[in-house]
Parts: sequence; structure tokens; C-alpha cells
Amino acid sequence: MTIQEQQKAIIEEFSIFDDWMDKYAYLIELGKELPMIDEKYKTNQYLITGCQSRVWLFAELDDEGKVVFTADSDAVITKGIVSLLIKVLSGHAPKEILDTDLEFLEKIGLKEHLSPTRANGLVSMVKQMQFYARAFQLKSNAKK
Amino acid sequence: MLYDIEQIRKEFPILKQTVNGKPLVYLDNAATTQKPDQVINRMVAYYENENSNVHRGVHHLSQLATDAYESARKYIANYIHASDPKEIIFTRGTTESINLIANAFETFVNEGDEIVISSMEHHSNLVPWQQLCVRTGAGLIVIPVNEEGELDTDQFKSALNERTRIVALTHISNVLGTINPVKEITQLAHEMEIPVLIDGAQAMAHIPVDVQDIDCDFYTFSGHKAYAPMGIGALYGKSEWLEKLPPYQFGGEMIESVHFDATTFNDLPYKFEAGTPNVAGALGLEAAIRYIDKHGIENIRKYEDELLAFATSQLNLIEDLQIIGTAAQKTAVISFIVDGVHAYDIGTLLDKMGIAIRTGNHCAQPLVDSYGLTGTIRMSLAMYNTKKEIDIFIDALKKVLGMLR
Repeated sequence: MTIQEQQKAIIEEFSIFDDWMDKYAYLIELGKELPMIDEKYKTNQYLITGCQSRVWLFAELDDEGKVVFTADSDAVITKGIVSLLIKVLSGHAPKEILDTDLEFLEKIGLKEHLSPTRANGLVSMVKQMQFYARAFQLKSNAKK
Repeated sequence: MLYDIEQIRKEFPILKQTVNGKPLVYLDNAATTQKPDQVINRMVAYYENENSNVHRGVHHLSQLATDAYESARKYIANYIHASDPKEIIFTRGTTESINLIANAFETFVNEGDEIVISSMEHHSNLVPWQQLCVRTGAGLIVIPVNEEGELDTDQFKSALNERTRIVALTHISNVLGTINPVKEITQLAHEMEIPVLIDGAQAMAHIPVDVQDIDCDFYTFSGHKAYAPMGIGALYGKSEWLEKLPPYQFGGEMIESVHFDATTFNDLPYKFEAGTPNVAGALGLEAAIRYIDKHGIENIRKYEDELLAFATSQLNLIEDLQIIGTAAQKTAVISFIVDGVHAYDIGTLLDKMGIAIRTGNHCAQPLVDSYGLTGTIRMSLAMYNTKKEIDIFIDALKKVLGMLR
């Protein structure tokens, strides 16, 4: 699935909820599917700053040149949101990630989590994911 | 006197709101309080009828504005029992008040001197002193709190010595709700001729404040935590201290005469009020304190104490919930944690149910750290909250915990 298709699928999945409690319950469930970061990376180096809840994010390039993200958080709602972001962005080429407009968060009614005042660091999280993608892209360009 | 809660609630227009389709339950009063009609109307009336720059004009409006501004100062001085209106400096709030003193005190602080604070200080009564220490080479001495969230006066006493230049202490902790024995500590400091600054940000709306009784040298507060607008607050200082301190900012009202080679400064309180003041804010602050006084601070305190006791007993019934801050003397602030559940998750879901609380370190990171925590959930009450709202909050909390555990 492309990033666009993945976003679409999530928007569809969430459209069945008309009650916020169901939506958040599902988000909490999604958190349990989060591709976990290796314990050895749960250090300050991989900690995203500016969050009330702590988020650790790691990225590596697989053999096909796709970015693979792993993460963890100590808050379950944050975990669910990270899980969604990873679902959308993980397994794609750096360029694809950088070209993406992450519209799904707004469409599924989680836009409020993007506000900097929420201090859950979603904005920093997205930035950090893009930063990884950019770093991988620069590295592969340098090799060419 | 009858405490007419129905009438009080009607006077705060924002309380009629719904959030996410649910009636707003506003329990974040330690962050900022809502404003009654009396305050809002006073500010509107000022801009409709009196607006003009103060002190300088010879015209009618300027006189009106000046009279109103100065009578606000007088009223506030009177309310906190200052001995003279000139001891009240209007500022943007507690943070600016403390920064003013911390900056002015640079004159008196040298390398090797000490400044004494407590570990329950808000960042606003910590960072200005810490930075003063960085600039001067003085040491910052921090008095710890015990498990209940109380200060040990003996420990305070033993921290004071001939190198101590000032003691800066909060009247009430914004995280723990603890009411500190400020009078006793001021007396201890004065025995050694050490001046004392009290951060009254959390006190004004909740308990009587009498600066002469406390005998502190400086007292600071913010309007917005006491039903007044944001961006206005005050610094009380004993005039003998304020006379001694150098100005903090320059320009506007604070000068007496200016020549290119020298300037002489105006008298108190204008010496510390550079630039055009927040006149509407000052009038709003006066209106807010009049509002508190109309209902009676002792009545408000009694009412809030009942709410506090009720909320505390209800929270204690919830499994694995621990209240942080159980001082014998406290105001209507309750911080708590729930084992295995992140504060942020609780706050996010409570918001969905129309309940405003605060999560995190509440601008008192070292204190929260000292409990080995990364954050707490804090509910903080005001004169307009009700038992029914606490019931709604407790029910919502139980529901939320059901989802999260």
C-alpha cells in the first residue's frame, strides 16, 4: 500500500466511530500493535523532547531502502497515535515520506493532538520522522 | 452570610459553556480563574467612558483615568493591609514582580552570598533567583519538603545565616496546595535581618492576605488567578525597601526629569512603573478583589474547604490513586497519580468529557521530580465550583480509568 492508500484506509476505519469513547478505545488498542523500539534505544538520545508523555523513536533503512520506524511511549493514547503514524510512514522510501501531507490526523478527528499546546509532542514526532527520512535520503544521495 | 452559589455561577458567563457537547466542568483554577461580569463590565466601561493615558494629561479624560487607576491602587493596598498605596506597584503579574525584585537585588548580592527558597517553588519563584545566583556567584539554598508536602521550619531556620540576602517562599504551593507558615518563617528571617519575599499567586483568591500581619518585605500576586484579567498583577513592597532598590525598567512614567546627560527618577510607586500602565487591567483587578470581598474571603475559604474535603474523600475511594500533597493546612488544590496510568492519558480523556484539569509538572519541575514523578493530574477549585461538579469529575475519572486499565 502507498502512503496515500494507507491514510485512506485509516480514515475509513475511523469513520465507523460516532462516539469519541469508541474512537479512543480503538486508539488505545492500536497502541498495543506499535512496533516496539529495541530496549537499548530507549535512551535520551532517542527521546523526543517537548512531550508531556515520553516518546522514543528509532529508524533504520531496510535492504530495499525503506525506512522502518520503531517506537514506544509511556502514555497509551500517545502510543496509539505513534502507532498510526508508523502504520502510515513505515516501510516507505525516504522521498515518499518527505513528500507526504499527513492529512489523516485531521480527517479522523485527532487534529487537536497536533496543536503545540497539547504538549504531547506529536508535532515533534512528525518532524523527527521526517528528519530521519531526510537524513537517509541525504546519505543515499551521497553514495550515488 | 448565605453563600449563594447559584447566583455566583450566573455571574461567570463562561461557565455556561459546553465542551465536546458536555457542560464545562472547570477544575483548572490554579492555572487561571474565570472572570465574573463585574470584572468584564468594569473593563468595558473603562474603554467606553474613561480611556486616556494616565498622569500626564491635563484634560478631563486623563483625569478620570488617573483617578480610577490611583483609586484601584488604593483599594488593593487597603485590601492586603499595605500601610500606604505607594507600596503597591502594578506589574504584569507574579512573574514580573519577582523578576523585578530579583533584578533589583543584584545590587545587594555578591559572590558567596546565599538566597534561600523552598523546593515547592513555582518556576517563577525559582528561575529568577537561580539566574541572579548565576550572575553574581551567590548560592541558591533549597529547603526540601516532607512526604506530606510541608516545610520544616527548623530546617529553614538552620539554612539562614549572615550570608543569606533574601528568603523567597511561596504562600501556597500550586502543586500540593500546602499553605506555608509564612508569618513564622518571616519572623525567623527577620531575627537575622534577612528580607522575605512571599509569592502569593495561589493565595489571593483563596485565603485572607494581610501583609502587615505576615510582616514580609515583599508580596507578589497575579490578577488572573484571582478572577481578574490576565496581564495585571502587583508587587507589594515595604516602602523602606522600595526606596532603596534601583529602578527595573526605564522610560515613561518612572522618570522625574530627563536631560541628555542624566535622569532623575520619580518617587514610589511610579519609579517601578515604566511605560504606559495597564489601566484597564488595574481596574479589572480592583473589581475582582471587590468581588471577592463582597462574598467574603472567609466565606469563600470555608466553602472551598468543604469542596476540598469532599473531593479528597471521593478520590481516596479510587483504587491505586495516590494524592500528592496531604499537608494539614492546604487550599483547594489536589494533585494525584494513579498507579500504572499516565497523567496525560487521563487528562486527554477527561477533556473529551468536558472536564478541564491540568496534567504535567505544573511549572514546578524540581518539586515533581523530588517525588520521583514525571507529572501529576491536578484538579484545582475556585469559589464557583460545586459538589455536583466534583461528582461529575469523579464519575468521569472512573470511566476513564476503566478505559485505560
